[in-house]
Amino acid sequence: MSNIAVRAENLGKDYVLKSETVHALRGVTFDVPEGDYVAIMGPSGSGKSTLLNLLGCLDRPSFGELYLGSENVATLNDNGLSDIRSKRIGFVFQSYNLIQQLNVVENIQVPLYYQGKVNRTTRKWAIELAGKVGLGDRLDHRPQQLSGGQMQRVAIARAMVNDPYYILADEATGNLDSKTTNEILCLFKELNDEGKTIIMVTHEDEVAARCHRVIRLRDGHIETDLPIEQDRKKYRFSMPAPELQEEEVAVAQAQTVASDGFSVGDNEIVMDGSVDGHDEPEIEVEIDE
Amino acid sequence: MSLFRTWQLGIKSLFLHPMRSALTVLGIFIGVAAVIWLLAIGEGISQKAQEQIASLGARNIIVRSIKPPLEKLGDSNVAEFGLLRKDFNLLVNTIPQIEVAIPIREMKISFSFGNNDMDGRIVGSTPEYFTATKLKLAKGRFLSPADVDKHKDFCVLSMGIAEALFPHDDPIGKRVYCPTNQTYYEVVGILRKRTASAGIGGSLAAQDYSRDVYIPITTLNQRVGDVTRRFQSGSFYAEKVELHQATIQVKTMDDVLTVAELIKDALRTQLESGKGDIDVIVPLELLEQAETTRMMFMIFMGLIAAVSLLVGGIGIMNIMLATVTERTREIGIRRALGARQGAIQRQFLVETITLSIVGGLVGVAVGLLCPVTLEWLRDTLIANFPEEMASLPAEVRETVPIIVPISIPVSFGIAVLIGVIFGMYPAYRASRMDPIEALRHE
Repeated sequence: MSNIAVRAENLGKDYVLKSETVHALRGVTFDVPEGDYVAIMGPSGSGKSTLLNLLGCLDRPSFGELYLGSENVATLNDNGLSDIRSKRIGFVFQSYNLIQQLNVVENIQVPLYYQGKVNRTTRKWAIELAGKVGLGDRLDHRPQQLSGGQMQRVAIARAMVNDPYYILADEATGNLDSKTTNEILCLFKELNDEGKTIIMVTHEDEVAARCHRVIRLRDGHIETDLPIEQDRKKYRFSMPAPELQEEEVAVAQAQTVASDGFSVGDNEIVMDGSVDGHDEPEIEVEIDE
Repeated sequence: MSLFRTWQLGIKSLFLHPMRSALTVLGIFIGVAAVIWLLAIGEGISQKAQEQIASLGARNIIVRSIKPPLEKLGDSNVAEFGLLRKDFNLLVNTIPQIEVAIPIREMKISFSFGNNDMDGRIVGSTPEYFTATKLKLAKGRFLSPADVDKHKDFCVLSMGIAEALFPHDDPIGKRVYCPTNQTYYEVVGILRKRTASAGIGGSLAAQDYSRDVYIPITTLNQRVGDVTRRFQSGSFYAEKVELHQATIQVKTMDDVLTVAELIKDALRTQLESGKGDIDVIVPLELLEQAETTRMMFMIFMGLIAAVSLLVGGIGIMNIMLATVTERTREIGIRRALGARQGAIQRQFLVETITLSIVGGLVGVAVGLLCPVTLEWLRDTLIANFPEEMASLPAEVRETVPIIVPISIPVSFGIAVLIGVIFGMYPAYRASRMDPIEALRHE
């Protein structure tokens, strides 16, 4: 897996709002090799969404380079970006974003549609993918007739139909209950095991816990870019709620690092218990499957 | 991305809101149907008018006596007006281009046979009258030159009179009695039904020929004379008219206008006397006028129809703009999954054009039903409101719409064009959306 799926070099984005310039992303550099499974985390305002838009080729960077495979997409025009999205990126959204008037198979085929590749062969391929995500018996169903988990499965199949450089998942489990979340995460894991590159944008530790690597953003910079084991050691607690004072967080972290009694693994689910700004320490619950 | 797929997708999207799509189609459909209907009705009316003018004969010039208003006649007990025999003879003898000249006298009178009687109109004329006015015989013969020369008491009945006086018998050879003049006329022929003529330009009053009885003009002059008396409002009232009408047929169409001028010159003193008791009618001129009127009418109708199509188009744009806003999310999804701006634009344009094509097709179908529908409407109205319908003028009652073939492709084409034009802007708006914003849209 030495090939690079995506590489960002000093990638940045500024937004000009009236007289003020907002530096949403201040130049980040990282690369994602093929077959990697990366979580991008960060509090709101950290530049997470901006990075997602850039990685999804929905937006153009203000500076820096972005390579998909060997192609620099930083300077492409709108049509070029559209074509890249159609051919090389698989999107999975929080709110599924299926097209209401199309059935399961047709929804899976949408990216191919914009490459002019809707034909009998690709239809077969779409049906195969539907089977792979466990919807082989619902090919003719419309999104209204599916549950949230099923819709997200369709979206995942759709993200794979164009054989993308990577699957870009934006809070993909945000609208799902914990059981379905688990199912979807297992599906992602399976796909990753088969060699698919997956980039997850999330704020949930339990989601990030399934990844191989976590990139944490803060104020437009990469705060840390660590393999999951090291990340878990460093960030005992889930992301602090914004109301918490920094020193309190530091104290809490110090305490946890001191105790250091947890094994870290893929099966661990971390639940965030403290949100209302009191100074009680966050509760961490470990559940073994 | 094939056009067929885009179109397929468009249909699916339209069926997502069948009611809305149907209402949008309605606007275009009404516009297209209106174009076809208005033009068909206009064509029907103008064709009818042209037929009537043409039935007067394009080579004919008609000199018609008009009864002036009473105050212009002075205190005389006898109203004296109209074309004089000497003038008629002068015209016939001095203008070489005249082929036939037909003198006509007519008066209201009643007829009887046995116990049946009927009010009608007696018309004195010459045999040429029948050929010039293209009358058709149902039975027997027309009047002959010999009948005129010998002042014969023969008559030719119109169908209406024949049916009223002889409900069961064969009228040929029977003698019809005129109580007013105590005269008898032997029936020699019966005419086929002749449609009433509409009044033209105020000079020629609408005429109903169904109660006419034709006799030689010489006979009429001999039996009745120039003066007719009528008992009206408690006093006798007399009229002295030598000729009610002269129909003059010219040899070629090119001569019509010259001869008309000559005739007007000859009758100038009488025409300009201010009494207004005679008028010269040139059907050829009327035909030309009618053609102009027809064009004006068509343009006017077309304008109304165009406005209704325009309104339909604005309706389409309105709905499509709403649709674009409503489908912002879908646009965002499609953009994220690789749709270029052009693809989004095409998609919405195809939807609009599909709507307008469907509207156009339905409009053409309904437009083609125009004659059938109007006939049904007329029959229903006649069955339910016979009196009201009878009081309407014949043009309204009897007009048959004629579908103008060109109106079908033209109105359909305009409908599609309107779809393209008014679909352009919503489609452009859709394509210009920022995919990130659109995805965030709830």
